[in-house]
Amino acid sequence: MDFAFTQEQEELRREARAFLEANPEASLAQLRELGWLGVSASEERGGGGLAFLDEAVLFEETGRALLPGPFLTTAVVLPALPEVDEQAWSVEVDGLVPDLLHVDRVLTQEMRSVPAEGESLATMDETRPLGRLASSDGDQIDGNWEQVRLRLLSALALEAVGISQRALELGIEYVSQREQFGKKIGSYQAVSHPLADTYVETELARSLAYWAAWSVSEAAEGAAVAVAAAKAQCADTSVRACERSIQVHGGIGFTWEHPLHRYYKRAQWIDAFGGHAAVQRRVVAAALLD
Amino acid sequence: MDLRDTPEEATFREELRSWVEQNLTNEVRRGRFEEAGRDWSRKLHEAGYAGLTWPKEYGGAGAPYSHQAIFLEEMARAEAPPHLGVIGLGMAGPTIIAHGTETHKKERLEKILSTEEIWCQGFSEPDAGSDLSAVRTTAIRDGDEFVVNGQKVWSSFAHIADWCILVTRSDPESQRHAGLTYLIVDMHSPGVEVRPLRQITGEAEFNEIFFTDVRVPVDNVLGEVGGGWGVAMTTLLHERGTLGFALTAGLESQIRKLIALAKERGATEVQRDAIAREWIGLQAVRYTNYRSLTTLMKTGIPGPEGSGAKLWWSEANQRVTKLALELLGPEAQLIGENGYWQHQQLRSRGNTIEAGTSEILRNIIAERVLGLPRSR
Repeated sequence: MDFAFTQEQEELRREARAFLEANPEASLAQLRELGWLGVSASEERGGGGLAFLDEAVLFEETGRALLPGPFLTTAVVLPALPEVDEQAWSVEVDGLVPDLLHVDRVLTQEMRSVPAEGESLATMDETRPLGRLASSDGDQIDGNWEQVRLRLLSALALEAVGISQRALELGIEYVSQREQFGKKIGSYQAVSHPLADTYVETELARSLAYWAAWSVSEAAEGAAVAVAAAKAQCADTSVRACERSIQVHGGIGFTWEHPLHRYYKRAQWIDAFGGHAAVQRRVVAAALLD
Repeated sequence: MDLRDTPEEATFREELRSWVEQNLTNEVRRGRFEEAGRDWSRKLHEAGYAGLTWPKEYGGAGAPYSHQAIFLEEMARAEAPPHLGVIGLGMAGPTIIAHGTETHKKERLEKILSTEEIWCQGFSEPDAGSDLSAVRTTAIRDGDEFVVNGQKVWSSFAHIADWCILVTRSDPESQRHAGLTYLIVDMHSPGVEVRPLRQITGEAEFNEIFFTDVRVPVDNVLGEVGGGWGVAMTTLLHERGTLGFALTAGLESQIRKLIALAKERGATEVQRDAIAREWIGLQAVRYTNYRSLTTLMKTGIPGPEGSGAKLWWSEANQRVTKLALELLGPEAQLIGENGYWQHQQLRSRGNTIEAGTSEILRNIIAERVLGLPRSR
């Protein structure tokens, strides 16, 4: 048993974090140039020939950086295509398409490749708008939607871990310098204990997200349950992490000016897309009890 | 990353599992706690499963921590009785290895492994619970002996123990962490009195220990006179070492029973959701232990991510046992054949108090892991 990323994977994480800090709105073309796309598509299809696990750290880091744009959806679609292409891709799940107006094509649950045409709708999370396709007519692709779905939900769970971690760090930074009643507020247990809970929950969520990513990567038995479990808990954790961080920030955490609300909205976006935590837990309950 | 057993780990698990199948008889399972426990503990020792991570030179197996983790998982899976020597194996032994003299090691360690001698822990006192540095039990030097007076509390196994690891104040003028001395005390010495503490479940798992002019040879000091705090920290570090695995393995068997109960009795949508939630939490804490273990095996120090395992487990066990009573419906009050869930639910209230209250654990995470300003 070895539950750690390799040195190469950790190195990729460090590079990704540094790059995204310098380029918070990096374009898909920039990320393609870095070799972040098609990592886990097979070599004969023009991909990197690596495993899903090798790109897992990227999703965690793009979540942490709140990267806008269709990186995640493109990355999870590419391994399903007959050939890795240079288009921007999205997916249609429950009739909704993330970043519809920022992509070239959309993969539907029926495995059709559809031109990205339709209507973009206003969303709570302004960094990841949802749209509806005008038509679902397109070219049939020979492949398995279930694999796309598992990669997608697993990637969202990883993003949620990145968000939880960042919300926690923002909370720690703030309560370590903010003073009230002549003391740093982080010394009050009513303030520090919720952050301790966020730490514990974030580490638990991280373990689930890595377990799910590994299960998808290895096509392990029970991967679908692992993914449902991770999506449920990681989304829940990220929403709660943001809520606690907003609370310990006091008034400033409630303002538009502070970045926390953007993490909070992304966390809720992740929870809703593909089914809320309670919906994912239904999958787990069925596996355990039926 | 590979979450499967290595071939070597798989072999160890396979051998252990078949050993358990042959040796964990119904007599052992149903036997009275003490006799059956001694018999079972002796068998474990003879098969080489006691002191897995202890160095070979002290009679251990010198095995990696992963073997200890597998051992704990398999014991919980088989619902084996607890090893009577848990305090000796997990706390007293490692502390003697770290701070004891050659004589201590020669005279005590083998008997810990064989369960010939059972140990208990004398740390907490009525006025020194979470704040261990407030201990008032005194050890006053008199020639080649210390004379010990005071009271300890919450000591598991004290009623059957042969030895006690005891934190005392040897300098009556001292304050807090200074002036403490760590002794190993023969529980059969004159002046040692053990009284069982009947707890919320009706049984007496813990004891009070009263020390009245108990004479302890100076040779029984572990570490330096006055250096007891550091030695006590070694003990607590070992208590928390692979504790996460033991707890998680216990929770796993609890949740397996919960699922069986839900299948037998039926569960509402809300209860199904709650069961799924607890199962997910179990996987989360289990894999977090694995991550921490991987760090431990690579660097010799467990990763900080494991620091939340006990905190999470204790609250999860409280929810799980309560959920089981809810599944029993209005019959939850009926004790029935053995009152398993009623007992487990009441016992679980101790989980957030023993081995570090949840409040203290949150303080430790806030201050030592997150680096927040100290609350005291």
